[in-house]
Amino acid sequence: MNKESNTYTFTFAVIMVLVIGTVLAFTSEVLQPRKKQNAADKKMIDILSAIGVDATRTQAKEKYAKYISSETIISNKGEIIDGSAFNIDVLFQYRDKTLSPNDFKYPFYTAEKDNQTYFIVPMAGTGLWGPVWGFVALEKDYNTVYGAVFDHKAETPGLGAEINTDIFELPFKGKKIKNYLGEFVSIEVKKGGAEEGNMHQVDGITGGTITSDGVSDMLFNTLKVYDNYFSAINIVNDTTAQLINTNNINMQ
Amino acid sequence: MKSFFNKQHQKLIADPMGDQNPITIQVLGICSALAITTQLENALVMTLAVIFVMTSASSIISILRNNIPNRIRIIVQLLVVASLVALVDQILKAFLPDASEQLSVFIGLIITNCIIMGRLEAFAMGNKLWDSFLDALGNAFGYGWILVAVAFVRELFGSGKLMGYEVPGFNYLYELGYMNNNLMILPPMALIVVGLIIWMQRARNNDLIEEN
Repeated sequence: MNKESNTYTFTFAVIMVLVIGTVLAFTSEVLQPRKKQNAADKKMIDILSAIGVDATRTQAKEKYAKYISSETIISNKGEIIDGSAFNIDVLFQYRDKTLSPNDFKYPFYTAEKDNQTYFIVPMAGTGLWGPVWGFVALEKDYNTVYGAVFDHKAETPGLGAEINTDIFELPFKGKKIKNYLGEFVSIEVKKGGAEEGNMHQVDGITGGTITSDGVSDMLFNTLKVYDNYFSAINIVNDTTAQLINTNNINMQ
Repeated sequence: MKSFFNKQHQKLIADPMGDQNPITIQVLGICSALAITTQLENALVMTLAVIFVMTSASSIISILRNNIPNRIRIIVQLLVVASLVALVDQILKAFLPDASEQLSVFIGLIITNCIIMGRLEAFAMGNKLWDSFLDALGNAFGYGWILVAVAFVRELFGSGKLMGYEVPGFNYLYELGYMNNNLMILPPMALIVVGLIIWMQRARNNDLIEEN
């Protein structure tokens, strides 16, 4: 057989690709359940770290069950949708070009820690080289940030990639997403550093401006939807509280 | 009939560990040696991955060597290495998710590790299975021990830890005013540590010094 002929070369290449393709597809398929489980564990760890709970992979499930009391899904109009919130992949949804943002499902997780209630909101956005995502925990007033974690796929190491470090994440704690009039303003990742005492800004990353802006946009676009929903609940609560107050006064 | 493990076989293993070391003498595979040596654990996982990829790739190429069409031989080598790397990546994702996350792109970049393609093209394409296997093993170990040595120095002096655990005795040093050297964590320090190893190696064996 002539091993330098075109026919031989082509046949060799085709067989080679078929064999390798089969082996890889088979392995990927066999390992799929384990990889899914690992991804779910990782998600639980991230959600928990937004409220400052550290968990290892082995503890993830147990701690998640302990701290997370309920999971809810809302539409962008603020209506509650049935379904499993944990299984909604906000990043996948964000990147799905066939889906309009109006059809996105917005999950959130309610957590109980030290007798306090927190709401953990997942989010996804665009960085410089690829997607960025994160979880932001809000306090019971639906306004104050209790904690935030971010991560990214391919931001520049040392620059944009710093969004997943404490230096970037810790300043979010205590920031407010609404101004004193109760209007939604979100939190801005400010190039050149946050203004002193500004409750709606955190320091941007030098050399990571596009990633910083991506995080700003992600915070604004996501929190806006949740703020609509939370504000609606808050008004109901406030009115109830006022009614009770008025009743009390009347009785006196 | 040659014996199963003769002098020549020993040389195949021993040379790349010492005077033919792929990193310090041939200066191949430097990129990953700089990138993943901040922690000993990462260096070990990377070494294991490279040992697996190199020995398997060399064996496969050696078996196929008389049938690989000459015109596409590099592509075939690349295909074999790439699929082995994809395999390692899948296995790490499934069984060692944390290490997989830490090493992230560097596992994928094993494909571009010059040592692997170099040994396939220079050795496995022209030698029998057992010889090629040993040659790959020797080179992978030669790569690995440098990685581990560099990672040992960098983690110990950079983070005051080994394998992620605090080193006993270091807390006394901290009280005396000792501080971890953050420079150790940064890539330039890897280059300097590799440089020191190269220096030591050449000081010990004058034959390695190029004539000028």
